[in-house]
Amino acid sequence: MDKWQPGASLNTLRRRAAMLSSVREFFKQRSVLEVDVPVMGKATVTDLNIDSITTSVVGEQGYLQTSPEYFMKRLLASGTGDIYFMGKAFRDGEVGLRHNPEFTMLEWYRCGWDDHQLMSEVAELISLLLAEEGGFSWDVTKISYSDCFFDNLGLDPHSAELSTLQLLAAKLSSQSWIDETRANCLDLIFSSQVEPHLPRGITIIYDYPECQAALAQISSNNVGQNVSKRFEAFVNGVEIANGYLELTDASEQGVRFKRDSKARELLKRPAVTVDQKFLAALSSGLPACAGVAIGLDRLLMGALGVNSIDQVLAFSWLRC
Amino acid sequence: MANYSTNEFRSGLKVMLDGDPCSILENEFVKPGKGQAFSRVKLRNLKTSRVLEKTFKSGESLEGADVMDQDMQYLYTDGDFWYFMEPDTFEQHQATESAVGDALPWLSEQDVCMVTLYNGSPLSVMPPNHVEIEIVETDPGLRGDTAQGGSKPAKLVTGAVVKVPLFLDQGDVIKVDTRTGEYQGRVK
Repeated sequence: MDKWQPGASLNTLRRRAAMLSSVREFFKQRSVLEVDVPVMGKATVTDLNIDSITTSVVGEQGYLQTSPEYFMKRLLASGTGDIYFMGKAFRDGEVGLRHNPEFTMLEWYRCGWDDHQLMSEVAELISLLLAEEGGFSWDVTKISYSDCFFDNLGLDPHSAELSTLQLLAAKLSSQSWIDETRANCLDLIFSSQVEPHLPRGITIIYDYPECQAALAQISSNNVGQNVSKRFEAFVNGVEIANGYLELTDASEQGVRFKRDSKARELLKRPAVTVDQKFLAALSSGLPACAGVAIGLDRLLMGALGVNSIDQVLAFSWLRC
Repeated sequence: MANYSTNEFRSGLKVMLDGDPCSILENEFVKPGKGQAFSRVKLRNLKTSRVLEKTFKSGESLEGADVMDQDMQYLYTDGDFWYFMEPDTFEQHQATESAVGDALPWLSEQDVCMVTLYNGSPLSVMPPNHVEIEIVETDPGLRGDTAQGGSKPAKLVTGAVVKVPLFLDQGDVIKVDTRTGEYQGRVK
């Protein structure tokens, strides 16, 4: 008979519960409102590399949400002020040592803040949640994407020719990378040549390449290059958070959705229903804000020093 | 042979990479939050035994390699080839010196080895984990010296040289672990 037991030990389940309660306390003290938005919606993200799980509700197609972002931004547009969500998000096809198709996400928005203010709060919360476990303080390193890329590769990721990046990607992997997109080449190079060399502890990387903006604003960095106001946090080299200075321009958002949809079509990926209610909310006015999402399962892995997500979930997909 | 996609890559799967048969050791799913998914794969090239790491886009595929492991009895060598026999069918296979490789100094006739066949020919040979072989050359045994920790080199009939305790003599048969080349004990 198959194993029915949970993947997480009783101690880990207690640590998880303590982490959720610390998060709620953290935001309560800061007057950030918890919101419980749907995990099932009638529309979903157009992101090329994120696959939604579809479902069917009284004959209508639905999607399990890959993040609470659109619902939360609709709330922000309605005037809630600072909010956070802690609950499940779902992504198809993501099964691995560090991935489970259903995972616990903490996402929050700070109105009137910029990305750097939010990075400080992210570092504070992560430090707090990690420290509860180890009892010692974790180092925090903050560095721009181009600096850590250059330090490891001697190459500027923003100004490098696409052909240079493709050649490097092909050398690191196989010839099939020679006509890949800039974003994909950068991801391959970054995940294989930079991530393994990130400092231990908490590392926050900001000013991502323009081509990887997703829902972040585009701005110029201190040497005048266009970058996206997007950041990520890593714990011991493992990606655990992704944040933006949020794009509030509805027409720009509409352009990005169309571009994504066209790219999906070209790559023969399933078409998705664009979230018109989200676009309408942006049109009516999203307050200037910065937002971030943290994978709490990954953070718990970091806190406990385990390398498999199965060890921090009651039942990972493999055990369901 | 069938093609295997990255999501079918499992430890032990044999695939072709740049013209050489390889065995997959590890397949790690890598996906940046907003980026494309990759498979970071560790493979052993079965011809050279070298371990290499490759990153594939999710959904890329590799051709399967016609490679299988089979227990076979070592028969003899004629100096050019080493001959092995399948115990069930009595079919014989000749292996080259490079295929026999590191197994060479451990091969005793009749021993059952694991032979890896690639397109039907031996690609590599794994000797049994433990073999019993006679000593043909060593310094004379020190009688009674069974308690001391000292050791001396001894040449075996198959050609291997192993470190053995001082009391052993020419003509003694010893048991050796072929994975480490270490002496395990005297066979009475």
